[in-house]
Amino acid sequence: MNKNSMSYKTSQFLMFAGVSTVLFCGVVIIPFVYGLYLTFTSWDGVSRSKPFVGFANYAAAFADHDYWVALGRTLIYSAIAVILINIVAFLLAYMVTSGVKGQNFFRAGFFIPNLIGGIVLGYVWQFVFKRAFAALFGVSLLGTTGPNAMIALIIVSVWQYAGYMMLIYVAGFMSVSKSLMEAAQIDGCTTSQATWYVTVPLMRSSFVQCLFLSITRCFMVYDVNLSLTNGEPAGKSIMAAMHVYNQAFTYRNYGTGQAEALILFIVCAIVGVTQVYIGKKGEVAA
Amino acid sequence: MIQDSEKALRRKRIIHTIMFIILIVVFFCFIFPFILVVINVFKEKSDIIREPLSLIGAKKGFTLANFPEAMVKMNFWTVFGNSLIITVSATILTLLFSSMTAFVIVRNNWKACVLLFSAMIASMVIPFQVLMVPIVSLYGGIFNVMNHRITLILMHVGFSLSMATFMYHGAIHTNIPLELEEAALIDGCTRWQTFWKVVFPLLAPTTATVAIIDAMAFWNDYLLPSLVLREKNLYTIPIATQAFYGTYSSDLGLIMAALILAMLPILILYLFLQRYIVEGVTSGAVKG
Repeated sequence: MNKNSMSYKTSQFLMFAGVSTVLFCGVVIIPFVYGLYLTFTSWDGVSRSKPFVGFANYAAAFADHDYWVALGRTLIYSAIAVILINIVAFLLAYMVTSGVKGQNFFRAGFFIPNLIGGIVLGYVWQFVFKRAFAALFGVSLLGTTGPNAMIALIIVSVWQYAGYMMLIYVAGFMSVSKSLMEAAQIDGCTTSQATWYVTVPLMRSSFVQCLFLSITRCFMVYDVNLSLTNGEPAGKSIMAAMHVYNQAFTYRNYGTGQAEALILFIVCAIVGVTQVYIGKKGEVAA
Repeated sequence: MIQDSEKALRRKRIIHTIMFIILIVVFFCFIFPFILVVINVFKEKSDIIREPLSLIGAKKGFTLANFPEAMVKMNFWTVFGNSLIITVSATILTLLFSSMTAFVIVRNNWKACVLLFSAMIASMVIPFQVLMVPIVSLYGGIFNVMNHRITLILMHVGFSLSMATFMYHGAIHTNIPLELEEAALIDGCTRWQTFWKVVFPLLAPTTATVAIIDAMAFWNDYLLPSLVLREKNLYTIPIATQAFYGTYSSDLGLIMAALILAMLPILILYLFLQRYIVEGVTSGAVKG
């Protein structure tokens, strides 16, 4: 058979990538495009008709005060959580690659929260914040004020993701050759100077990756939000993703919900891509 | 000079001891919530409310009764079976399809390959929240295929394909020499045989990484399964936990047992595969 013929190429492509293409398009590409169409309709979730309403959903999204409050709340939460996650993860990674006793045990231990889904984690922590805090300090961190609920969410997020980001930083530390460190020390650097001026700049891609992962995950937080606070007290801890879910599936404003999801996606993509762009620009080649 | 190095050595030892102590403290903070759940699962409700921090219930003492009751009320074995079937089949299908796709994409620069790969890369920034409404509308409203395990399995595969293909793409591109495949082709293998007999076995490390990352994601996913599976006998562990909490939220002993049951399977697995999971995630980080 002629290897350049169209039929050969088509059969090869379908044999290896046919199923993938169908599945990928079926759950990602088609829903994405169809979702764009839905933002111009006022579908109620039940009826077959999807009346065309133009930009009304976007107007509704921009006028939805609760949505922008939730989005602002998500930005604050993400900013604090991302910084804390990366500081904790970096320090842990530094300590578990320094040759301390039992470092493999610690690596494995810090990763444990990532094994368990957000729903279960949220309930475990709800018990900690409500019962154990009440027993220890006399007050519960949940169900009192909005800022308290936000603090609880941030604590859980840091606890949840620090171990995962730690492993990425560990990979970064290990990818920097030991001889560079030694050379710097022979030239008169102390260990901490060598780490700060030689190893850390070479780990730039680890930072970019960790920041990107933690930004996107914090932005889209839903599971922990649902199980830990469920938006309580009085809707003061509803994050953007939860607002979108409620808008679409609880209040059945599917078109508006989809428009708000799209805005959320664009904000998140801009933040994430800008971060990667800035991070990659000054990358040092090892 | 000798004194110097002795001093440095002593300094290093002190620093290591300090770090070790810090790590122990942080480690305790990390597992504290789990410890708390474990000590409370063996208590009666009234004891949990009175003294959540004590090791043994003050009034009613030690009890195992929470487990069997939670297991029955949570329908544990059905739920566990659902999670297992869905996770295992979705992971295997993802591995097969993504490795095949990556192979055809790396080895040919046809337009379809380039287009598919760029679409996959671009799609990785799309969060699930943007797709959930159209998916419910399409597959719930128009095609009416919700409430089947197979629907969820295929959706899981579809969502994880792009990342998995990307990782296999990197592995094939850098680790599989073209000469090897040419030799197999000259020896009379078809492309299909070459892939399965020569290329796929060599991709084992990547396969392990992708399998671990995806299996954990499938096992713990809540949002997609909760939208697809709405019947009680189809629930996975995260959905069942959520539903259980909604029903029995005041019965703390049962809640503790349910949380333990939800965490136990993956923690037991971690006990045995811990080294591979940590290595898999770390090497996945380097590739991604």
